[in-house]
Amino acid sequence: MELLLASAVGLMTACGVYLILRRRTFPVILGLSLVTYAVNVFLFATGRLAVGAPPVLNKYAEVAYTDPLPQALVLTAIVISFGMTAVVVMIALGAFLSSRSDNINMVEAADGAGDDA
Amino acid sequence: MSHLLIAPVVLPAVVAPLIVMVMRHHLSLARIFSVASTVFLAAISIALMVQAADGTIQVYELGNWPAPFGIVLVLDRLSALMITLTSLLGLAVVLYAIGSGWDARGRHFHALLQFQLMGILGAFLTGDAFNLFVFFEVLLIASYGLMIHGGGTVRLQAGVQYVVYNLLGSTLFLFALGTIYAVTGTLNMADIALRVAEIPAEDTALLRVGALLLLLVFAIKAAVLPLHFWLPASYANAPLPVAALFAIMTKVGAYSILRMYTLAFGPEVEATAGLAGDWLLPAAMLTLAAGAIGVLGSREIGRLVAFGAIASMGTLLIAIALFTPQAAAAALYYTVHSTLATAMLFLVADQVMERRGGAIKASAPMAQSGLISALFFAGAIAMAGMPPLSGFLGKLLVLDAARDADLMVWIWAVILGGSLVTIVGFARAGTEVFWKSHDASLAATPEEEDTDSEEEAPAPVAALPFVAIFALMGGLVLLTVFAGPMMGYAEATAAQLFDPSAYIETVLGRTE
Repeated sequence: MELLLASAVGLMTACGVYLILRRRTFPVILGLSLVTYAVNVFLFATGRLAVGAPPVLNKYAEVAYTDPLPQALVLTAIVISFGMTAVVVMIALGAFLSSRSDNINMVEAADGAGDDA
Repeated sequence: MSHLLIAPVVLPAVVAPLIVMVMRHHLSLARIFSVASTVFLAAISIALMVQAADGTIQVYELGNWPAPFGIVLVLDRLSALMITLTSLLGLAVVLYAIGSGWDARGRHFHALLQFQLMGILGAFLTGDAFNLFVFFEVLLIASYGLMIHGGGTVRLQAGVQYVVYNLLGSTLFLFALGTIYAVTGTLNMADIALRVAEIPAEDTALLRVGALLLLLVFAIKAAVLPLHFWLPASYANAPLPVAALFAIMTKVGAYSILRMYTLAFGPEVEATAGLAGDWLLPAAMLTLAAGAIGVLGSREIGRLVAFGAIASMGTLLIAIALFTPQAAAAALYYTVHSTLATAMLFLVADQVMERRGGAIKASAPMAQSGLISALFFAGAIAMAGMPPLSGFLGKLLVLDAARDADLMVWIWAVILGGSLVTIVGFARAGTEVFWKSHDASLAATPEEEDTDSEEEAPAPVAALPFVAIFALMGGLVLLTVFAGPMMGYAEATAAQLFDPSAYIETVLGRTE
């Protein structure tokens, strides 16, 4: 299971990074989403992997339990990345509608704003 | 447990939704509330700074959960200094935005500004690494809104780049925190410090990965050289008053480096010893060099100041990367100076932009040219580090602190060379913008119609922008005049930073 999870995280990150390096906005946003999925799974795994165990201690019985903290962290991370993705989609849409181009680079050279950004 | 400690986070968090929900159609009401909130923030921060000045460390346990389990806010000298700086800067920016009418050019300026202040202040106060991430996100999401305030194609395109870059940074932050949590099993900074010291040196590979990832994240925020690409385009294309507020955002990165790499991954922890300094010092020197060259090569006044900001971050990070108490004290002094100087220059640049456009080339003389050029001159002197103002003292302190370093020759060469190039760059820009305008046989709008009411921009209170600019400049002058007491505070802060045992005991010990 560790191997499966680790390779899934690695594969998703690799695909995400590849997409982020694309030149148009849409693949970049898809790539960002992939990377955030990868990091969510990664965070989930930081509390060690346990299957079928509740995230609470049972003081009456000696049972296996899983670390609850990473689950809380993942929840926070999901909410934040969801909100951020919505924001970046809106901004990208605004940029696309006003410039008629979804190129991630700033193409105009009027004030040299795009040369190293 | 004094509840004053959480007020800097709660107050803007209450005021901002109030502004959005209750007074979104009443600009004047929103202005009043925004200014009042910021004034209160400044008062609270100063009160907290007075409390922290004697070296006591206060802990606020949220929900009364004890430290390693709950989230804590911690106030020590460093946090107190940074929140005071932030709220005073916030006040100047609010006044400027109102005076120049920037806040009327789009929706929700004041709400976003309050959320931004909340995120920054929270990041300075928190004692929990994951909470630091959350406050980073708060300040970032507000900054996305502020960055594209007023709209416009170029600004939106720059906004997309800025958001994408920072989202990637946030993801890296999560990877770093996950790695550190996997190794130490805690996210409380003081607790991390204890656990890191206990880990046997041969099991620290993963921890070093986590620490370095974290450094990478903070380096993105602080715009260290290979990761600085987001800064020039976004600062130059953001509304310049917002860019002035963003001057504190790079300092959040610098603060986080200083905090984490003295507290948790300090110089005395052998697992991560020298990790930060070895990487950060050369990068910081390159940052300074790149910033100075950028100043020389800028063709637009917003970018000029943005590269000036990068150069000053380079100087600041050189001091931080030395990781000695003396250098940290110099870095703190320079932080205050650099924030004020950068913000002031951005505001002056905005005045120039409003009157004649941002291009650094000769054009018709503008209204109030004399006053604005004098302010630009003062700001440029401060930024470049020339004698009368605090930039000179700050650079001198950094140079002095670097005297015993291994790379002393290089550090001195880069700082002094960078200063020279910056001076030349600012002098070139100033000459083009302010002097050659009078030579140019362009449309004659001579000085006599200096009524500054012919602006097409809504300028309800034309004096207010200058009040804000002069307030920042006054801050620089005060910083110069009271350099002695300020350095005393900075040295005490550095001593507190490099002896983290008191911090750890206060956070983890059951206080009150």
